[in-house]
Amino acid sequence: MLSNLGNILLFGSTFVTLSIIYFAYQNLKEKNIIIRKNIVYLSFFQITLIIASFLLLIFAFIFSDFSLLAVYQNSHTAKPVFYKIAGVWGNHEGSLLLWVNIMVIFSFLFFLFNYKFNKSFSLYTLLVQNILILGFLMFLISNSNPFFKILPVPLEGLGLNPILQDPALAIHPPLLYLGFVGSSIYFSAAMAAILSNSNGKNFASSIRIWVLISWSFQSLGIIVGSIWAYYELGWGGFWFWDPVENASLIPWFCMTALAHSVLVLEKRGYLYNWVLILSIITFISSVTGTFLVRSGILNSVHTFANDPARGMYILVFLSLMIFFSFVIFFKRKINDDFYLELISKETFILSNNWFMMFYLATVFIGTIYPIFTQVLYDTKISVGPPFYNSVIAPIIIPFLIMMAIGPKISWIKQKYNDFKSLVLILILSCIINFLIFFFFKSYNLLSNLIIISSLFLIIHSLKDFIINSKTKSYYNLPSFLSHTGFGILMLFIMLNHNFSKEYDLNIKVGETKKINNIEINFKDLKIEKRENYNVVIGNFNILDSKKNYQKNLNPEIRIYNNPQTLTFESAIKTNLQQDLYLTMSNIDGSDFYNVKFQIKPFMLWIWFAAFLTASGGLLRTFLKK
Amino acid sequence: MKISFLKIISISLVVFALIVFFLALNIDKRYSTEKIVGKNVDNFEIIFLNNDAVFKKQDLTNDKYHLINIWASWCLPCRKEHPILMRLKKENNLIIVGINFKDKKLNANDFLRELGNPYDFSLSDKDGTKSILFGVYGIPESILIDKKHKIINKFIGPLNVKDYEDILQLVNEK
Repeated sequence: MLSNLGNILLFGSTFVTLSIIYFAYQNLKEKNIIIRKNIVYLSFFQITLIIASFLLLIFAFIFSDFSLLAVYQNSHTAKPVFYKIAGVWGNHEGSLLLWVNIMVIFSFLFFLFNYKFNKSFSLYTLLVQNILILGFLMFLISNSNPFFKILPVPLEGLGLNPILQDPALAIHPPLLYLGFVGSSIYFSAAMAAILSNSNGKNFASSIRIWVLISWSFQSLGIIVGSIWAYYELGWGGFWFWDPVENASLIPWFCMTALAHSVLVLEKRGYLYNWVLILSIITFISSVTGTFLVRSGILNSVHTFANDPARGMYILVFLSLMIFFSFVIFFKRKINDDFYLELISKETFILSNNWFMMFYLATVFIGTIYPIFTQVLYDTKISVGPPFYNSVIAPIIIPFLIMMAIGPKISWIKQKYNDFKSLVLILILSCIINFLIFFFFKSYNLLSNLIIISSLFLIIHSLKDFIINSKTKSYYNLPSFLSHTGFGILMLFIMLNHNFSKEYDLNIKVGETKKINNIEINFKDLKIEKRENYNVVIGNFNILDSKKNYQKNLNPEIRIYNNPQTLTFESAIKTNLQQDLYLTMSNIDGSDFYNVKFQIKPFMLWIWFAAFLTASGGLLRTFLKK
Repeated sequence: MKISFLKIISISLVVFALIVFFLALNIDKRYSTEKIVGKNVDNFEIIFLNNDAVFKKQDLTNDKYHLINIWASWCLPCRKEHPILMRLKKENNLIIVGINFKDKKLNANDFLRELGNPYDFSLSDKDGTKSILFGVYGIPESILIDKKHKIINKFIGPLNVKDYEDILQLVNEK
């Protein structure tokens, strides 16, 4: 029943999508400047149908309708309702339906905002976007149908992977999807701008807000994912340069570059070609990332579509997308003429783009290099954190400095005569850095330089902010938040990196072990039964005799039944200064438990700074100039 | 369309990447479990954990079974399967070869000192490249090799009591 209804909704959406493509095409051939009413109605139908199909799937998960294969494979009656809903996008089929939903919603809203202004641009955008939607709908129906029926209907489902049963992970996929699937709308708009010969400034102002929205959500999605990895994976780190993380980072670089260069196009009419290229590669890199992660070429927690047929479909789709966007882009024969003064906002924004492209190239090469060597030389290598850290870290330094100076420079041309304060701030940053260095702990030259330049960025932004709020002149608050946030982020990542401590030991119940000035006391063990798992809770007491604090930590070992899995939950005590992080695991055949205790300074500040950075984008979206 | 140098380069790079992706889609299956079971062991050379000597395929004897176990001190399930390995150690017909995977030598030796050393040969695969030969996805994994050096079974994840009995049966059948 549910399955039939779902299929009807999907086929209905496909039919409406086809009709939109047909009517938009017909309408484009007509010489008048009015968009036919039926296209607006069809768009409304489309969004209604597709949202209905998604709600239907959520409904099926909530009420555990195991006649659907997707529900049977990823849900269980004993699961809390919240995780039943999260299970909707915790699998390939459901997440693909979410993907199509976001494409349709963005398409609808974009059309709603723009159709009154420019007929051919709006219609071309709608046309291209709906061709993309059609592609994904066909993929959905042909081999990833979330409404696929099974007979006989099983009584119980297989359950969701326990490590995915987590609040952060429940909201992580929708956030990330709003980011990189959202980028499809400016891919379509870029195609439309070329096909309809749109003016660059108009194009820039129509996509600017969408770039910001997708950038903000992409950032939030990445942050939430990394918070999850921090407390769930139990290694105590928050960024591993895992191919999957890289796949989300690559579109983020494109979006960041685009969010900046689109301003130049809007204000000055420069860099039109470059903005078009960025709009195109953002979505292409999103689909490439999806391909790498979903096809099973790269192994990770996200590889739930380990099916070559699916990989093949995405690859063919990707190739077609690249082919047609190249053909359309190269058809545009207009070359941009521009003249940039060395000290002008345009130049600084362009420099941001160069940095972004450098990071993008590094991460992209690092991610796909193992695939290349495997195919070409038949040797498997892995590219790990040392590569990324050594290539990216030094280039962070000039990037932070440019980020500090950039926002203050005015458009077109400026005579820069503020060297005195620049030098003062630099000296101040160096002093703070060396105070940390001498009073707490020494670290290497690179760390010194990054800490100095991030302090430089923070102090410089604060100075600008204070001066501007005194004179009440116009000041760009969103960019202040994002830039300062990024400075704080880099500062605390570096401090965290240099000041983290780790202890690894085996300990019995009742025992106390002392390392340096830290005493770890394993007080007792409790066993409890909870809603959908059993749990062993350790009770540890940490005593620091030097800093004079005492903390209780309760790490858990959870035993899930559906599917049967052990997970190790870390105990984390957070305060402004540091996180105490403890994981415990049992050692079979002995009374000993293996305990990993870490002191991670300023974790809260890292999350705070990351959210601050993302908040700039959101604020800009909702703030009228 | 005007053809420029830049266009040719960008297009050929993209085409190259797509072709590699296409090939990668098909190549991946080689690492699946079904493919490796029933095949002869490929030639390998892996250094020992505690000295620089090399263990080769030729060092596998012809009169006994071999169990290649891939483990690490940081791997929690490896602790779980350890007692099974200790029990298997008592088997006369079986030689256990441990490959220490992406690990620190110090931690690995601590691990063996603490829980006992079940291995007749302890090898080290520091960067994780050698174990790929045995189709490793994640550790622990164990591969059972017969007297003719054919892979007859593969155990993904920690060995359990049932695996233990299976191994005993295979090793002791005439």
